[in-house]
Amino acid sequence: MLDSAPAGSPDLGIATTSRPREERWRTLARTAFPFLVLALIWECTAHLGIFPPKLFPPLEAVASAFAHLTSTGILPHHVLDTVVRLLAGFALAAFAGVGIGFAMGRSRRAEDILLPLVSIGAPIPGLAYAPLFLLWFGLGNTSAVLLVAFVSAFPIIFNTWTGVKAVKEIWVRAAQAMGADSGRLLQHVILPGALPYMLTGLRLGLAQAWRILVGVEMLAAVPWGLGWMIFGAREFLDTDVMLSGIATIGVIGVLLEKLVFARIEQYTVMRWGMLS
Amino acid sequence: MSTAGDRARSSYRAGLSLLVAAAVWEVVARSGMFPAALLPPLPKIARTFVDMLLDGSMLEHTFFTMYRVLFGLALAIVVALPLGVLMGRVRSVERFCLPLASAFMPIPSLAWVPLFILWFGLGNTVAILIVFYAALFPMLLNAWSGVRAVNPLWLRAAGAMGADERALFWKVIIPGASPFIITGVRQAFLRAWIAVVGAEMLAASDWGLGWVIFDAKEFLNTDVMLAAIAMIGLIGFLFERLVFGSVERATVMRWGMVRLAK
Repeated sequence: MLDSAPAGSPDLGIATTSRPREERWRTLARTAFPFLVLALIWECTAHLGIFPPKLFPPLEAVASAFAHLTSTGILPHHVLDTVVRLLAGFALAAFAGVGIGFAMGRSRRAEDILLPLVSIGAPIPGLAYAPLFLLWFGLGNTSAVLLVAFVSAFPIIFNTWTGVKAVKEIWVRAAQAMGADSGRLLQHVILPGALPYMLTGLRLGLAQAWRILVGVEMLAAVPWGLGWMIFGAREFLDTDVMLSGIATIGVIGVLLEKLVFARIEQYTVMRWGMLS
Repeated sequence: MSTAGDRARSSYRAGLSLLVAAAVWEVVARSGMFPAALLPPLPKIARTFVDMLLDGSMLEHTFFTMYRVLFGLALAIVVALPLGVLMGRVRSVERFCLPLASAFMPIPSLAWVPLFILWFGLGNTVAILIVFYAALFPMLLNAWSGVRAVNPLWLRAAGAMGADERALFWKVIIPGASPFIITGVRQAFLRAWIAVVGAEMLAASDWGLGWVIFDAKEFLNTDVMLAAIAMIGLIGFLFERLVFGSVERATVMRWGMVRLAK
């Protein structure tokens, strides 16, 4: 009667049944099925000719555009520039954000002074600043990286601040009673204690940076970058190039989430036993 | 710890820090280090803000932006809420939609702007669809996990007391999932708010707060930009505090699903 999915359905995790290989194939097929349906609908629509093929290219055209762009090295160049920009902006944000967050969490004075400034900046969508940054720092890389850093700093600041404040007072006292100086206190008590929150902040920050970067690249007229590639393709009605770009963006997004953060979380938080 | 004196000192410091920040801006702006067009003094920004309010242009831009956001958001809720609930209740729907959702979610909504411009032309449609795309996934995933998070014990208890499917749905599942759903709407609004600014800049029609910021760049009207940015921040803040706060009080807290912190 109630065919509700039980929480933590087993097929999403690691299949450890008696026949793991068959189970894995079935999971794969089940995951691929919706995409096949979607592709089929797309193909039918494209080949029926309801829309001009220039605007609604069949998938094989997109695939050949993708292959062409990859083999000529154009797409890898765009990807490289986008990723470098993302990492540069994110690294800036991580340094600044963790620093400010720690200061706000540890010192009452820093908290009182910085919190109003941070809370005024936070609710404004970062892209709103984009034209301002372009005026101040010129078109191109500097503006793009600074804007990405600015945008992704806020979640990092807030989460680090919360994390540092959430460290149990009793741990700090215990460490102090056992004679830990402030350096050791920071390294062995506060940092591990605040880490789950910090990682959440970094994760949110990276996601934020990723969401904004594509738009920034379109606005900032950088010479290379996926956002610019998609935006530039509009001029020539290269819908196939656009779609390959969007697909690449999706793949990078998934990889960021799956590879970077799942790993970091495993290595640090779980090892220190902060999360079960 | 948090005595009245402490709190007074906190708010005193907060006020002081805002004053100092404003003073630094003012001094730098007036020192002539940077061109006045790029870094206007605060009174000028305030005057521009008031002027734009008085001649009605600010209200018109705000109106267009709000129209796009709310239209797109409403569309996203209408699609994603039932779909998410269905995903939480019916296994086959979940199996079909979840892979699609997790593949499309990491694609930033703004990546679709150029394509949508080609498909639908410049203007309102693109902005609304981008908002829709941005708001869709937080709503969908929260509705889905909310329904799945409903305590199975409650379902059994209601079933044992003779609740039929419909009563179960409206009296148990929906209130049970409501904290997640409200969170979903909140996140969806935040995403939509970011997306609309970007969409308005790129798919410029001739109204909207995002468009006015982007347009002001051409004429170096930094004061107009900053005034519009202030307006965007103000609206975002008001929505977060007033609208969602009161919605939360009226539904989730009344049903006793979450308590006020402290």
